[in-house]
Amino acid sequence: MTSSAAPASLEVSGLAFAYPDGHQALFGIDLTVGRGERVALLGPNGAGKTTLVLHLNGILTGGAGSVKVAGLPVEKRNLAEIRRRVGIVFQDPDDQLFMPTVREDVAFGPAASGMRGAELEARVHKALERVGMAEYADRPPHHLSFGQRRRVAVATVLAMEPEILVLDEPSSNLDPASRRELADILRALDVTVLMVTHDLPYALELCGRSVILSGGTIAADGKTADVLADEELMRTHRLELPFGFDPRAAAAKA
Amino acid sequence: MGAGHAHKLYRQAASPVHDLPPHCKIAAVFLFVIVVVSTPREAVWAFGLYAVLIAVVAGAARIPAGFLLKRLLIEVPFVAFAVLMPFVVPGDQVHVLGLALSKNGLWGAWNVLAKGTLGVAASVILASTTDLRALLLGLQRLKLPSLLVQIASFMIRYGDVITDEMRRMSIARRSRGFEAKGLKAWSVLAKSAGALFIRSYERGERVHLAMVSRGYAGSMPVIDDVTATGAQWRYAAVLPASALVICLLGWTL
Amino acid sequence: MHVPDGFINAPVSAIAGVGAAAAIAVSLRGARRELDEKTAPLAGLVAAFIFAVQMLNFPVAAGTSGHLLGGALAAILVGPYTGVLCVSVVLLMQGILFADGGLTALGVNITDMAIVTTVVAYTVFRGLVKVLPRRRSSITAATFVAALLSVPAAALAFTAIYAAGGTTDVPLGKVLTAMVGVHILIGIGEAAITALTVGAVIAVRPDLVHGARGLHAPLKLRVGGELVDAPAPEPVPAAARSTHKVRATFIVAALLLAGFFSFYASASPDGLEKVAHDKGIDTQEKKHATEDSPLAGYSVKDIGNDRVATGLAGMIGVAVTVGVGSGIFWAVRRRKGSAADATPTAVPQTEKV
Repeated sequence: MTSSAAPASLEVSGLAFAYPDGHQALFGIDLTVGRGERVALLGPNGAGKTTLVLHLNGILTGGAGSVKVAGLPVEKRNLAEIRRRVGIVFQDPDDQLFMPTVREDVAFGPAASGMRGAELEARVHKALERVGMAEYADRPPHHLSFGQRRRVAVATVLAMEPEILVLDEPSSNLDPASRRELADILRALDVTVLMVTHDLPYALELCGRSVILSGGTIAADGKTADVLADEELMRTHRLELPFGFDPRAAAAKA
Repeated sequence: MGAGHAHKLYRQAASPVHDLPPHCKIAAVFLFVIVVVSTPREAVWAFGLYAVLIAVVAGAARIPAGFLLKRLLIEVPFVAFAVLMPFVVPGDQVHVLGLALSKNGLWGAWNVLAKGTLGVAASVILASTTDLRALLLGLQRLKLPSLLVQIASFMIRYGDVITDEMRRMSIARRSRGFEAKGLKAWSVLAKSAGALFIRSYERGERVHLAMVSRGYAGSMPVIDDVTATGAQWRYAAVLPASALVICLLGWTL
Repeated sequence: MHVPDGFINAPVSAIAGVGAAAAIAVSLRGARRELDEKTAPLAGLVAAFIFAVQMLNFPVAAGTSGHLLGGALAAILVGPYTGVLCVSVVLLMQGILFADGGLTALGVNITDMAIVTTVVAYTVFRGLVKVLPRRRSSITAATFVAALLSVPAAALAFTAIYAAGGTTDVPLGKVLTAMVGVHILIGIGEAAITALTVGAVIAVRPDLVHGARGLHAPLKLRVGGELVDAPAPEPVPAAARSTHKVRATFIVAALLLAGFFSFYASASPDGLEKVAHDKGIDTQEKKHATEDSPLAGYSVKDIGNDRVATGLAGMIGVAVTVGVGSGIFWAVRRRKGSAADATPTAVPQTEKV
């Protein structure tokens, strides 16, 4: 899947992790995501998806194995740079948007890494422009609709110009129009995307490649259309397509 | 707190008072209230002049009298206290409509009412001409410890979210036939409060996670700051300065 | 409970303000030690919680209802330092945004409702937890007593402040009886609700109850497990040490306040006279009526230079105390800055204040 001389956006190898209470969540993950790829991370509840995501920017550490972002290992001394390179959009935009205004929220990341003044303004404007929210810059986040908040949440991360964008359930709680608008935005971005989702049609629509995480290991890795069409595989890992949805037909249409 | 409330507090308008930098306004209101509180209660005319000053500022800020008066209602509990004073304070008695009232108590009631009302009116003008965000910036500018400003900022940001959660829990309770009646309801309501605390705390942890993920390492980057020119400071100083003159006259006359 | 402007005279309000500022400065340091870089979001969310829970009405009887004040609840759930910060921020915002509580009375309100309630509740609570058997029911019982005592303690503190700087001399005895009497009743409600609430939290997330930390093995971490690698719980000796420090600071503050109060009390004879009234030896009270007031000696007919002097003295007093207050803040912040190596997270914080 990966190619070219540039290092892959994300290289995870042999990652295993147990929580302090003894519960082991990851049992050796190997995953490489090439630059510019859009990959869906699928799997049942409790498969370890969130645990994996929290390893990508070093919030969880201390297990076995390694994670590299664009060649840079996730280690304590690199954390500031790693967190700039890995942009995580959390599931609840209310958690993500903690500043009093949209503009300040989008500015938070770049400002935390020392950016100031006109450069910061330009960066904020560009990020908001990319998600179509530029005219809401001075609004307080809680005056926005849920879909708008999700888009601003994406902008807060884009403003850091990350190497890889990690989205946790991007389509959850969105009405169909907001869901489609977000898909358009994501498709137009030229960054590497790793998308954790239960929304299988969304995965098919946006991501050429899908990875199934189940029981703390990678259970499948392939073209999304193929993965979704493999009924046996899907059933084993508690993944279900919406009623009447035919991945082959949908893929052929796309 | 929160959006609904915040909207009612702040009145958007174009006025010279709205345009003043927030820290000038906060300082001016604070000094004004200090001066008012330091005025002798016997100088009744001074309080009249203060009220005129407040009315002038409210006029300049395009705040309708009705709005201001309605917001003064917050004082009501203490009005009740003040009304009791003439009856419980010992001392010289005056007879009004057959009631024996203490002179001292009347003065005390007047003192609390006059000063309290002026204080509330000044605060109301501040809150209705300065939006929440600007107030926080003003406090930050006035060197309130930044951790306090941050706590206040998070409180305002999430006040809404949490009161909303509380409202949803109340709806959920009522949907299942619960009516808060009598002491028996306490246990149920307290369980809701406990659940609300857990949700708030966990959200705090998730917010922290989101902050850390964007490079937070213990200090908030200063993104916005407010500045004031000398002219703006002088303009804001008109209120406390004229009040000070009145106050000094009140002490000497 | 929110004291408006003009209820307490200016000098005493200013002193209370300085005391409150000092206590908040101490709490800022303490909270940072307890919560580290999580202080701002967690304390902010808890403040929002306290604000929300004050709106939750508990039916009492015959259509009346009461609500939680929250000082004891905050102290027991998140610890005394964070508790003081949360309630203070709530009061600050209520004062500025809703004009609920006067701006000049902010110091009085914070002293009363944020500091006294929190410190009394936490001290009582820790004391009881040490004595009682290590069981969950003990936590609930200790919470009940702590919350019960915290409310009349606040009323007592208010009466003390009123005695020193009340602008009207309602006889102290009456103030005391009314305040404490009413607040013991309120305290019972507060205690029941606080204990039930803490009990509800303990049943689900015992690790979140600051006051119950001693009850659990240190490795009892985030139950859901999905969020973060939880930090190691506060080691007990550190907590003990910090309590000593905070106690020392409060004692010093109390001494300062007491010194000033007594100075005031002795400067005007009303304190003694009030006692006299209450004891029924007030037969000549009419003669003393005007001298009874805090403005004793400055009757309306008799305005002289005295009056100007005292007025100016009052104003200067306010200015000086405000200056001292800011001085304390600066000193504390400087110290925080110089302790840079020890607590790196605190440094940028203090620099950009």
